[in-house]
Amino acid sequence: MSDFLTVSVLLATLASGIRLATPFLLAALGETIGQRSGVLNLGVEGVMLLGAYGAYYATLRTDSILFGILVSLIVGGVMGIVYGVVTLALKAEQGISGIGIFIFGLGLSDLLFQKQVGTPTPIDGLGDVAVPLLGDLPWVGEVIFHQNVLVYVAFLLVPVLWFVINRTPFGLNVRAVGETPEAADSLGVSVDRTRYITIFVGNAMAGLAGGALALELGIFQQNLTNGHGFIAIALVYFGAWRPSGVMAGAMVFGLVSATVLQWKTLGIVVGTTASIVGMFPAVLTILVLVLVSRRTGQPSALTRPFERGH
Amino acid sequence: MGPTTAGSPLLELEGITKRFPGVVANDRVDFDVRPGEVHTLLGENGAGKSTLMKILYGLYHADEGEIRLRGEPVTIDSPSDAIEQGIGMIHQHFMLVPTLTVAENVALGLPSGRRLLQDLSPVQQRIRELSEIYGLQVDPDAYIWQLAVGERQRVEIMKAIYRDVSLLILDEPTSVLTPAEVDDLFVTLRQMTDGGRGLVFISHKLHEVMSLSDRITVLRGGRVTGRTVPSETSREQLAHMMVGREVRLAPNRSEADVADARLTISALEVLGDRGTPAVTDFDLEVRSGEVVGIAGVSGNGQRELAEALAGLRPAASGTVVMNGVETTAKTPKEIRRLGVSYIPEERMRDGAIGEFSVAENLILTSHDLPPTSRRGFLNFKQIETGCSDLVRRFTVKTPSLETPTANLSGGNIQKLIIARELSGEPEVLIASQPTRGVDIGAAEYIHTVLMDQRAGGIAILLISEDLDEVIGLSDRIAVMFEGRVMGILDQEEATVQRLGLLMAGVSDGEAEERAGRQPAGSGPV
Repeated sequence: MSDFLTVSVLLATLASGIRLATPFLLAALGETIGQRSGVLNLGVEGVMLLGAYGAYYATLRTDSILFGILVSLIVGGVMGIVYGVVTLALKAEQGISGIGIFIFGLGLSDLLFQKQVGTPTPIDGLGDVAVPLLGDLPWVGEVIFHQNVLVYVAFLLVPVLWFVINRTPFGLNVRAVGETPEAADSLGVSVDRTRYITIFVGNAMAGLAGGALALELGIFQQNLTNGHGFIAIALVYFGAWRPSGVMAGAMVFGLVSATVLQWKTLGIVVGTTASIVGMFPAVLTILVLVLVSRRTGQPSALTRPFERGH
Repeated sequence: MGPTTAGSPLLELEGITKRFPGVVANDRVDFDVRPGEVHTLLGENGAGKSTLMKILYGLYHADEGEIRLRGEPVTIDSPSDAIEQGIGMIHQHFMLVPTLTVAENVALGLPSGRRLLQDLSPVQQRIRELSEIYGLQVDPDAYIWQLAVGERQRVEIMKAIYRDVSLLILDEPTSVLTPAEVDDLFVTLRQMTDGGRGLVFISHKLHEVMSLSDRITVLRGGRVTGRTVPSETSREQLAHMMVGREVRLAPNRSEADVADARLTISALEVLGDRGTPAVTDFDLEVRSGEVVGIAGVSGNGQRELAEALAGLRPAASGTVVMNGVETTAKTPKEIRRLGVSYIPEERMRDGAIGEFSVAENLILTSHDLPPTSRRGFLNFKQIETGCSDLVRRFTVKTPSLETPTANLSGGNIQKLIIARELSGEPEVLIASQPTRGVDIGAAEYIHTVLMDQRAGGIAILLISEDLDEVIGLSDRIAVMFEGRVMGILDQEEATVQRLGLLMAGVSDGEAEERAGRQPAGSGPV
């Protein structure tokens, strides 16, 4: 344990916690905006897998990480349109169709990987970018300002999303549509259009979250995300549908994961113990949800399809 | 009464027909509104009033007919089209987002002055100005969930005024208001028509229709069955046009033959859904052969009281004695076995199971008793004869005993519930909103049944938000406000005005002090 409690190891753990939190954060922020408009998407995990594969494959073929990021966004957006049609136009049950999206993404990403790549081939992942000046700060600079570009993007999206939800006419529409779609409709706000936009954006962010994971690891494999998407959904509840709360949840999660990883690396936990400790993040999710789930802030119209005149 | 402006109509609906599978909701309806007038659409539930207005507001499409605004034919495909044409609508249920502020609710759907940024300060400013002009007290920064129903209704009016609508549809806007709030609302509405706006007022409350309308159009079964003005008609005539036959609005009451107490409530306290007291320090006695009415604005503890009496909600403290037995901690079944029946306010949630057949719903309270069942087996022969008898006696209109109950009309479902509740020959009846949402014919019948039961000596506790009903049926009236009894009036001394003050939480003493002064909050007239 003394190996772990040194300044350099602790700082490295913190930095890695922030990095590990990023895919959770991106996906959970995307899910937040969707849920604020009243749409639950349980398919985040599937969309993340497709986004991860898209980013990996595009980068593998073109050697352009930027192109890889773009592809993950597009793949997520396309899945958003699919999910929008299924839940808004066809009014399918949201919980069930989300599970369908998950299974679809899980299967398709693996199929494409087997057909197009076959043997696992690593790619050059995202490199760290030091922020000028801030990166030179002692300790803080090392932990926060020596990260890859998607980490910065994810954390910058927290205030951006807060602003969009709380300070723009579009955000007002989103909040109204998620709470009382009938009222929004009666004032001429298009419930479906608002939800299409939030689902599209939310899924694009899920795709990007998958891309962030693949480009961080520089690899793709079957079920690469391994539950990230489901935990992201839990984080939305944890964060009480607020971007800052979601960020806090993602950080807790990232730090616990980083600590567990560090302990394994340092040999503090081995064998069966390591496996048990490896379950910490999952157990933590359940515990935290049981303890903090007050349901205050849950959009009233969540999972409720809107039909005019009913 | 405001002036009726003659001249070209603001709105004309001509030959509107709307069919739903199996019914014609609107059958060649003509309707028009002139600037500066209140034109009332009167009719029972299902007469087609709301359908007609939903067509006008773009929520439904008419199969046939034409809509003209200021003489020009228009197509209205969605609420946005209606809003663009200057039409506003106040819906039967509030169309407000509880988690947003008043200003945000008003601004919703309007273009923002600064495109991508929501700047609410001009909206708040304008709301304050309009509050002044119309005497509509609303705080733009308050959240809707913090507001009482009367205030919410003012926000709805504010939304319409803010959008400067030229035509406003009000779909049963008074159903949740106290009499004093209704008076205030009518003052505001008159201010709106004085400014040249046209109003469509939808209601089935005859005295309100008589006091507010310039013109009245009556619908029945989707067709116009009468057009009149208040000075040339009466409530009885209007009811006749609505129902299609002579209706007795006030039930015949015989002299009460009151005996000993059957239901005694002492110092009862009941908690609401949020764990806060909904009924506090409640004392009341109902004797055999009398009807005690409970008046009050909805949400003042009536539901919790009824549920506590029926055993569906635990009492926090106090006692309830029915038929000489303390029932405070008894289960609903034990209470029923003591001769207590309960007509719940939520007909389809607590009173009947929609998917069950008529017969199954009729035996819900007796299925485990002889003769309905013997030794754990249902006696279908007995059920058949018993239920046919009940359906006939209580004139429940149903194709058969096997028909799913949800297929019946509201009035017939209510008759079914009453038939079941009275089939056990109870000695105490708790009737909660027994005629809410049922047609006048069924309401008239239900009132007669209740009066017959009273003559037969049962004790009836009648909880109702319909003041005419409470005054018409009760021997004594207790007014509930914030969970307490504000006062108990004898039938002879109960007027809408006195009850209204008590319903607003003003005790009799305070009311006398205020007498002679202007009622507060009515604003400039």
